[in-house]
Amino acid sequence: MGANAGTAHALGGKGAHRLYRHGHSPVHALPPHTKLVAVFAFVLVVVSTPREAMWAYALYALLLAVVASVARVPAGFLLKRLLIEVPFVAFAVLLPFVAEGERVDVLGLSLSVNGLWGAWNVLAKGTLGVAASVLLAATTEPRELLLGLQRLRLPPLLVQIASFMIRYGDVIADEMRRMRIARESRGFEARGPRHWSVLAKSAGALFIRAYERGERVHLAMVSRGYAGSMPVVDEVTASRAQWSYALALPGAALVVCLLGWTL
Amino acid sequence: MPDGFLNAPTSAVAGVVAAGAIAVGLRGARRELDERTAPLAGLVAAFVFAAQMINFPVAAGTSGHLLGGALAAILVGPCTGILCISVVLLVQGLLFADGGLTALGVNITLMAVVTAVVAYAVFRGLVKLLPRGRRTVTAASFVAALVSVPASALAFTLLYAAGGTTDVAIGKVATAMVGVHVLIGIGEAVITALTVGAVIAVRPDLVHGARDLRQPLRLRVNGELVDVPDAPKDPEPESAPATARSHRPLWITGLITSLVLAGFVSFYASADPDGLERVAQDHGIDKTEKEHAYADSPLADYGVKDVANERLSGGLAGVIGVGVTVAAGSGVFWVVRRRRTAAAGSGGSAESTGSAASSSSSSGSRTV
Repeated sequence: MGANAGTAHALGGKGAHRLYRHGHSPVHALPPHTKLVAVFAFVLVVVSTPREAMWAYALYALLLAVVASVARVPAGFLLKRLLIEVPFVAFAVLLPFVAEGERVDVLGLSLSVNGLWGAWNVLAKGTLGVAASVLLAATTEPRELLLGLQRLRLPPLLVQIASFMIRYGDVIADEMRRMRIARESRGFEARGPRHWSVLAKSAGALFIRAYERGERVHLAMVSRGYAGSMPVVDEVTASRAQWSYALALPGAALVVCLLGWTL
Repeated sequence: MPDGFLNAPTSAVAGVVAAGAIAVGLRGARRELDERTAPLAGLVAAFVFAAQMINFPVAAGTSGHLLGGALAAILVGPCTGILCISVVLLVQGLLFADGGLTALGVNITLMAVVTAVVAYAVFRGLVKLLPRGRRTVTAASFVAALVSVPASALAFTLLYAAGGTTDVAIGKVATAMVGVHVLIGIGEAVITALTVGAVIAVRPDLVHGARDLRQPLRLRVNGELVDVPDAPKDPEPESAPATARSHRPLWITGLITSLVLAGFVSFYASADPDGLERVAQDHGIDKTEKEHAYADSPLADYGVKDVANERLSGGLAGVIGVGVTVAAGSGVFWVVRRRRTAAAGSGGSAESTGSAASSSSSSGSRTV
């Protein structure tokens, strides 16, 4: 999977970057389902923290920074991935101007107090959520994540679909890249809506190829004895120590959150 | 959408809705695809993911990309479509940290469930209403994608009204969301229609939403029509004469024009009363005018209740009005045509089987 990062990157599309960073830190070694539960619980705790307790968010950020340093994920990597949030920053910037309630003058602009709190709320919680997800994705292989989801009782069929998507995502993306190269080598360059029909025909051809590949994959699987479910080769288990280690993050966050409500 | 946009209870409710929809989708997909579900839905999800990376240049360096909800629903059916988009969102959230984890339920509800269900309902409705044919499928997918994107934006507005973390007037949210998403929807509609058109030109059997439009290939053997068991070829040739069905473009153009007019033009229409009302005012006729019986219906005075912005509510009411009119009119049309074809069908059988069926034929013709 990691070897495909280059091709996925070359597509230049949005979010086509593999996040996983190979490593041997204690965070990498944790069973995937404990990490999934930990990150989900952490984000849940963050979301239910009152927005007026600004110090709590600083503590959350500190907690994530500790996890990042234990996992040996460099700060630059983490910060670069936070850029995915930019469209929502624009929305957050608008909030103080459009929200209701009492208004306050800042640098000659009339801003809504409520809107300012709302913008802060969205920015802080969104950023912490993205950072936690980035840490999860950076320390867990995609295949492991799927095993973790299966362990957490997600419907096996859904996990299978997701695993096929991840497994063949690069194949389909490469197919698309070959089509693009073929178009460009014939002198085609999309410049405006006039050229959409060519691109859409490529998308249609891509769908047909993907669907036909799915049919071939299914036949190949059937000929190897597939009967609707995948054999479980590696059952992931977690010891009590690993659970407590993983749940230290949401546990600490919960303490901060409770302090935020009481103080 | 990241975490923190909606409060925790709303996210939880949306999560439950999403889980239920996925359960229904899993059952439906298994019914449609048997044990082929996993590889096929997985590959279609990979296709949606790849297709979202195709840049469609708009103008001056900006470009858009496909959202794919309507496209997936039309190509592989609503159940498999919901599954594919949900899996794409799940993978994006977990592997690419794109979209918050607690907002996953909201994202799936809005982008997979609402989009796919609305798009498929509109698509099937139009395919049933309009005359059969490939062009109809393309036009129907255009309208389906066009409607599905603002519908999803409206659903977001409803969720925001229920559990938004900031106190913004809901009319403003609706205006901004629907306004922006109508524009996005137009792009989405063009791309979806072109893509469905491209698929249906090559493999019409792969377009799930138009499955019943396929006609079996029949051969005339010794003067009798015989069904060919396997029909790998498209029965309709690529260069179908457009003049043969001249009323179809009229239908489509009319529908789209009326939707655009109702939605956009009434959005920008002036607040002045129209000609007749103006005349009535000038001459004092309106003193005696009574508010009619539906004066406090949700669409009274061409505005949707509780939508604060006057223009937007006017536009919405226009679109809803056109929708209701089209639905009612085509309902009547459909009933009439059904009866007529039923009568014609029994009449046809009467010719071949003789007197036994003649009573049914006459009863059929009485109902017309």
